[in-house]
Amino acid sequence: MTNTITIDGKAVPFEEGQTIMEAATAAGVYIPHLCHHPDYTPYGSCKLCTVKVNGRVCSACTFPAAEGQDVLNNTKDLNDDRKLITQMLFVEGNHFCPSCEKTGNCQLQAVAYHLNMLDDHFPLFYPHRKVDASHPDVMIDHNRCIFCTLCVRASQQHDGKDVFAISGRGINKHLIVNAESGLLKDTDIEATDRAAHVCPTGAILIKRTGYQVPIGQRIYDHHEIDEVSLLTEQQHGE
Amino acid sequence: MANKIRIATTSLAGCFGCHMSFLDLDERLLQLAELVEFDRSPITDIEHCTNCDIGLIEGGVCNSENVHTLREFRLNCKILVAVGACAINGGLPAMRNFIPLEECLSEAYLDGIGVENPQIPSDIELPLLLDKVRPIHEVVKIDYYLPGCPPSADVFWKFLTDLQEGREPELDYGLVHYD
Ligand code: SF4
Ligand code: SF4
Ligand code: FES
Repeated sequence: MTNTITIDGKAVPFEEGQTIMEAATAAGVYIPHLCHHPDYTPYGSCKLCTVKVNGRVCSACTFPAAEGQDVLNNTKDLNDDRKLITQMLFVEGNHFCPSCEKTGNCQLQAVAYHLNMLDDHFPLFYPHRKVDASHPDVMIDHNRCIFCTLCVRASQQHDGKDVFAISGRGINKHLIVNAESGLLKDTDIEATDRAAHVCPTGAILIKRTGYQVPIGQRIYDHHEIDEVSLLTEQQHGE
Repeated sequence: MANKIRIATTSLAGCFGCHMSFLDLDERLLQLAELVEFDRSPITDIEHCTNCDIGLIEGGVCNSENVHTLREFRLNCKILVAVGACAINGGLPAMRNFIPLEECLSEAYLDGIGVENPQIPSDIELPLLLDKVRPIHEVVKIDYYLPGCPPSADVFWKFLTDLQEGREPELDYGLVHYD
């Protein structure tokens, strides 16, 4: 007996314990996402992966696949909602892409391109956020953090460290580091850590590497994120 | 020439990069000249808008004059377009939003390296600076957005030819860039 759900009418097999996102990725179906990464425990904060399961709105990255689910994913309504969510992510931080080292390689930007987001829709917050350039090799630009916790999870679950955490609530939410001084230089992070590379945005950067690939020749300048994401994430295994 | 599309353009808190990119239409400008005529624009020296079909706005608003200009465009243009990163999200000029205005002025006109005859400009002819640089959709209704820093000539071309041929303007993946 096979376990099967349907996503936009297509039959998608799943294994017991898989989320809708995992089943979809294995079957080559892209569901937009930012805080999901196949190597780490699901977190479910960005809501880009919003789908409709039997008419009910769910996050595909946290929702377990179960027999008989009829999932809507790539519909105009859901993509319109996702675009609004992405616009919110843009206006609540400071995203000046022309002056960001990550431009062209940034997943937040790539999702926005994929959703054909041409404007920010909402008034901009222009929040005051800091840059922590204290560490010799790694820097944090808090202006671009979307609180996805991927750095938190990668540090704990892969690097065996505990460099990052999220503190505060609502509009005061912010990324902190595990050092009394509050500075990255006083943590045990190294440029080779997974946590230093996992950030989907330009919030965590490796110093002196930003312009090794010229703007215009970067990943999402030529490939859409649905294609890139499926290619890379299918290799990560279940 | 009664049926030509009438276009007005302006640069508010921008660098004229979007206008330069528009001129990158190169030989397509000749084709364009058959279809459109320019109203108020840096390329005509007409000072005020009359009734226009399309207004192209480069840059966000950083001073009182920008706000008046933007409102004049909105009143006179059937279709108002935010062109480029600065019009859409404030862009580079908005990076002053994190520094108090007074500090910006002192750095530029009093304490900065190489400043001679330090004084903050206060001529009555100069428009007052706004406390923060804002994108134009926060001031008037915007009908279309052309992202990019600057948007490429192809973006302008696609947009104008879509409109001219009666299609809803669309930018496909290759034409959408924020950098
Ligand atoms: S993090 Fe991404 S979206 Fe934000 S400024 Fe950098 S490239 Fe743009
Ligand atoms: S720094 Fe990057 S990885 Fe960490 S929470 Fe912010 S956006 Fe996510
Ligand atoms: S990917 Fe599911 S909530 Fe972020």
